[in-house]
Amino acid sequence: MNENGKFQKGGLTVGELTHHYGSKCALDNVSFKITAGTFCALLGPNGAGKSTLFALLTRLLLPAAGKVTIAGIDLSQNPRTALSKMGVVFQQPTLDLDLTVRQNLYYYAALHGISRPKARSLAERALKRLGMAERVDEKVRTLNGGHRRRTEIARALLHGPELLLLDEPTVGLDPEARRSITRHVHQLAAGDGLTVLWATHLVDEVDDADQLVLLHRGQVAANGICAEVRGSDPLSDFFHRLTGSETQ
Amino acid sequence: MKSALICLIAIVEREGLRFLSQRGRFFAALVRPLVWLIVFAAGFRAALGLSIAPPYQTYITYEVYIVPGLCGMVQLFNGMQSSLSLVYDREMGSMRLLLTSPMPRWWLLVCKLFAGTVISIIQVYAFLAIAALAGIDFPVTGYLLLFPVLLMTGMMMGALGLFLSSTIRQLENFAGVMNFVIFPMFFLSTALYPLWKMAEASTVLRDICAFNPFSHAVEFIRFALYGQINGWALGWTAIAFAIFLAGSLIGYDPARSSVGLKGK
Repeated sequence: MNENGKFQKGGLTVGELTHHYGSKCALDNVSFKITAGTFCALLGPNGAGKSTLFALLTRLLLPAAGKVTIAGIDLSQNPRTALSKMGVVFQQPTLDLDLTVRQNLYYYAALHGISRPKARSLAERALKRLGMAERVDEKVRTLNGGHRRRTEIARALLHGPELLLLDEPTVGLDPEARRSITRHVHQLAAGDGLTVLWATHLVDEVDDADQLVLLHRGQVAANGICAEVRGSDPLSDFFHRLTGSETQ
Repeated sequence: MKSALICLIAIVEREGLRFLSQRGRFFAALVRPLVWLIVFAAGFRAALGLSIAPPYQTYITYEVYIVPGLCGMVQLFNGMQSSLSLVYDREMGSMRLLLTSPMPRWWLLVCKLFAGTVISIIQVYAFLAIAALAGIDFPVTGYLLLFPVLLMTGMMMGALGLFLSSTIRQLENFAGVMNFVIFPMFFLSTALYPLWKMAEASTVLRDICAFNPFSHAVEFIRFALYGQINGWALGWTAIAFAIFLAGSLIGYDPARSSVGLKGK
């Protein structure tokens, strides 16, 4: 992140990624590219392979074949540098409920090797960006779902990543909190130049201007600017036509 | 190097903060050995006769004999508590935060081990302070020498917990670990009876006790409490630590397992 709070430009390239769970193929030759500063929605029904893809991108799993490049860095060749360039918000909350917002952010900063004095200013900036600055000393246990999610996003942005991965981050949130977080992350891409990969099964979280990667049964069923890909159909109809799944 | 130290300090601090917020855990950790010391040892005092064997230079009471074993018990249960908490973190998904850090994974696991060991050492010294108040005390040099020894035994037992956590697929399976790993490990050791006493009952049991790494951790602690180093116990503890740590690193290797994906 530079002095103006803008993120460094770094994209994501996924090339022919394949993964199996035993004999079951979870991802089959998945390839797509996200250019720097783009909001990319990874849309797919449950079981499409979104979470497997996230696990491969974050190195929780290693692929059977294929290549991932984050901000120009090969994930398999240089995993530590590649991981340091991404922020991740997992589907399941990963905050420590017994610690305060501040303590959670400091812990995360330390996992990235950031010293306490530097973490203090970075945490302040990240929380301010997400409108959470006044809750810095509250225990996470006392926060509502929306605020917890904001804290997780602030935490993922703390070290100034070039790529932000969010795995169904609005699950379990009320509509207002969902809209607010979706809007905010779109703004991070459009206004601050952050590259975003947002996994979801909810079509109303995707804007027409977003890049859309539609994943179905472990394969890329569509890839492009949402408005161009869906044509004249509403996205929900397009999604249903390609996957046979009902959207929410 | 500096980043690695920052990471280590943060993980120890986090474990410390969690420990402070879970006071019940601290009292449970103290009550367990104290019950053994006050109730069990008092009952067996008359039944068990102990001969003079190193590091003891005179006859000792049974309460004095089992204190090192109870110190080991505190660390063993703490190691399992850490293991349980790792399985829970994995089921709940928060393990992913740790595993997606840019720090080397082996270092993150060692940091977790070290943090758990620091907590167990605090518990052991608290137990020894209460034991001293009850009249069971040791030389000052023993208390000092005990610290590095507890670091090593705690790391060994923590590594065992870490290894087990990498093999346990569901939280519900943890009860099985208690029954088939922890209790046999504790009872088939020198924590409660010396080896020669076990040999009187069965040479096979004696051999199992002699092989059990927990026995060596207990003997390591026992000698340290009297200001002595038991080289044999040190060697066994170091070997067991290396084996358990290697098993943990393999268990948490993303190429070999999907531990980070539990809870999906």
